[in-house]
Amino acid sequence: MNVKLIIGVSRSLLRARLKQTMIAAIGVTFSITMFITLLSFMGGLNSMLDGLVINRTPHVRLYNEILPAKHQPIDMAPGYEEDYNFVSSVKPKNERADLRNSGAIIRTLRSDKRVLGVAPKINAQVFFNVGSIDLSGVVNGIDVEEENRLFTFSDYVVAGDFMDLKNTPNSIILGKALAEKMLASVGDMVQITTSRGERIQLKVVGYFQSGLQDIDKVQSYTSLSTTQKMLGVPNSYITDLQVKLTDLNEAPDVAKEMESTFGVEAIDIQTANSQFETGSFIRTLISYAVGITLLVVAGFGIYNILNMMIYEKMDSIAILKATGFSGKDVNRIFITIAMTIGLVGGVFGLLFGLGLSAVIDQIPFNTEALPTIKTYPVNYNPKFYIIGGIFSLVTTYFAGYFPSRKASKIDPVIIIRGK
Amino acid sequence: MDPIILEAKQINKYFHDPVTVQVLKEITFSIRKSEFVSIIGKSGCGKSTLLYILSTMDTDYEGQLFIDGQSIRGKKEAELAFIRNEKIGFVFQFHYLLNEFSVLRNVMLPGLKLGKYSEKEIEHRAYEKLRILGIENEAFKNPNQLSGGQKQRVAIARALINDPLVIMGDEPTGNLDKKNSEIVFEIFQQLAQEYHQSLLIVTHDNSFAERTHRIIEMEDGSIIRM
Repeated sequence: MNVKLIIGVSRSLLRARLKQTMIAAIGVTFSITMFITLLSFMGGLNSMLDGLVINRTPHVRLYNEILPAKHQPIDMAPGYEEDYNFVSSVKPKNERADLRNSGAIIRTLRSDKRVLGVAPKINAQVFFNVGSIDLSGVVNGIDVEEENRLFTFSDYVVAGDFMDLKNTPNSIILGKALAEKMLASVGDMVQITTSRGERIQLKVVGYFQSGLQDIDKVQSYTSLSTTQKMLGVPNSYITDLQVKLTDLNEAPDVAKEMESTFGVEAIDIQTANSQFETGSFIRTLISYAVGITLLVVAGFGIYNILNMMIYEKMDSIAILKATGFSGKDVNRIFITIAMTIGLVGGVFGLLFGLGLSAVIDQIPFNTEALPTIKTYPVNYNPKFYIIGGIFSLVTTYFAGYFPSRKASKIDPVIIIRGK
Repeated sequence: MDPIILEAKQINKYFHDPVTVQVLKEITFSIRKSEFVSIIGKSGCGKSTLLYILSTMDTDYEGQLFIDGQSIRGKKEAELAFIRNEKIGFVFQFHYLLNEFSVLRNVMLPGLKLGKYSEKEIEHRAYEKLRILGIENEAFKNPNQLSGGQKQRVAIARALINDPLVIMGDEPTGNLDKKNSEIVFEIFQQLAQEYHQSLLIVTHDNSFAERTHRIIEMEDGSIIRM
């Protein structure tokens, strides 16, 4: 009953000052629109940039690092265990670059519930022979299907079909910049010299473009078996295991566990790419700061309009109090006015924000570096809308708080006797 | 004998700014139900100040005040608002109608606040009050479309909506011409005689006061005749 009355009175006061309240609401609408657009755009940009690295980077990479032995024989010799032994000019011993017992490791990993998938990989340094010139490069032997499932390999293959890598024997996909340097088009044969001096002819079945020029200039992909054949190694030879987890945040723990279980080096994505997380965080922080600043400015607008309204409606407030409205009722009336401005402005702001984001989503954005992106990236995360909505209500509540308190404290005797 | 509805006991009031001045001195009197009382006195004798204390809006005084047998001292702001809403109707020199609402809605507001009846019933009662005051045809107009006399009648209808124990008036005819003052006085008289409404009217119009049941005359903050 009382609520209905308070809403009724608030509505009439709002209507009496329609223009000003609309301007206040437009202020909120504008700030919420910009808040949503900014965050959606920044969010889109962030996930795109993160995607550049994170989608293609294994959560945990297992490999065999060539290192000098951690424990030198002297440390184990009787009588010297307690001593601090200095050994100069320690060198790594001749070790194979592959992971020992890789088959068993893959089987163990695939049965682990935390692991989404494992893609084996071979890294090999080679020379591409172009006429009389040798270009140094890297051949990555991959399990084509797993690589595509876990790291969306096909997104980066800009010419040819990535499955040809598996279906055509002795085939290769070249980095686009590398192919341009070698003047090799799809269907051509290229000659490769391995580090051991063996020569092999491979058929180009496609180009890939990662968006990072330095990678595109040296990298190329072949199937696992092609690389193994090229290097003359058995088919158990694997240099890297790329592990993708169901939860990215578990990577550091899992990496540590794998390191001790399998006795290999393991690096997690957080350690390998810490700068990306920092970049995303700063960008998000800036967007929030700008959005909240806009809202606070809108809040001051509401504060002003309510203050003006209270001065204008002094008589009305006095008579409401004289006829039985308590200070609390008057307070509620003005808070209702503020919240109405916030609610209406906020709802329109969310809608316009969605609209503006959708418009930005349609603007063409073609860049050499990002073959998969055709328009500006936008992230429609409902979280932004929830935060925007809550913020619009909270700001308008605080903007309305002090004017409302002032209105509730008005002494009707002073107003009425003043006439 | 009708029961006492309003009783003041030794009310003292001081103004402190700029120097302390005693504006009310030992005011003691009571009003019975269906009395039509006027308070007269020269400007500055404290009659309006007394009325605002009696109306519960001014709480800064010494002494005792009873409305309907209830002591007003120490009540909270919200409780006082409720007492004003339920038991007191106000008519001021200025009409204080809200231009955002229609005439009918203005009359209904204190009724809606009290919430004793449904909205439909309050609307019916408001219309009934307007009819008694002869302005039912103006019910759906905006207050600023009305003449001064009509506005004051709407204000009286608003004071009546909750069937108050007492109607308090602060110079209700002060802003009106002779003809409209006469109409307003006749309305008060009609309310007192036909509806046994208690009225307490502050005025400086002696011809108005002489026609009421009882006159309380004040001078320099004290009652000199009652």
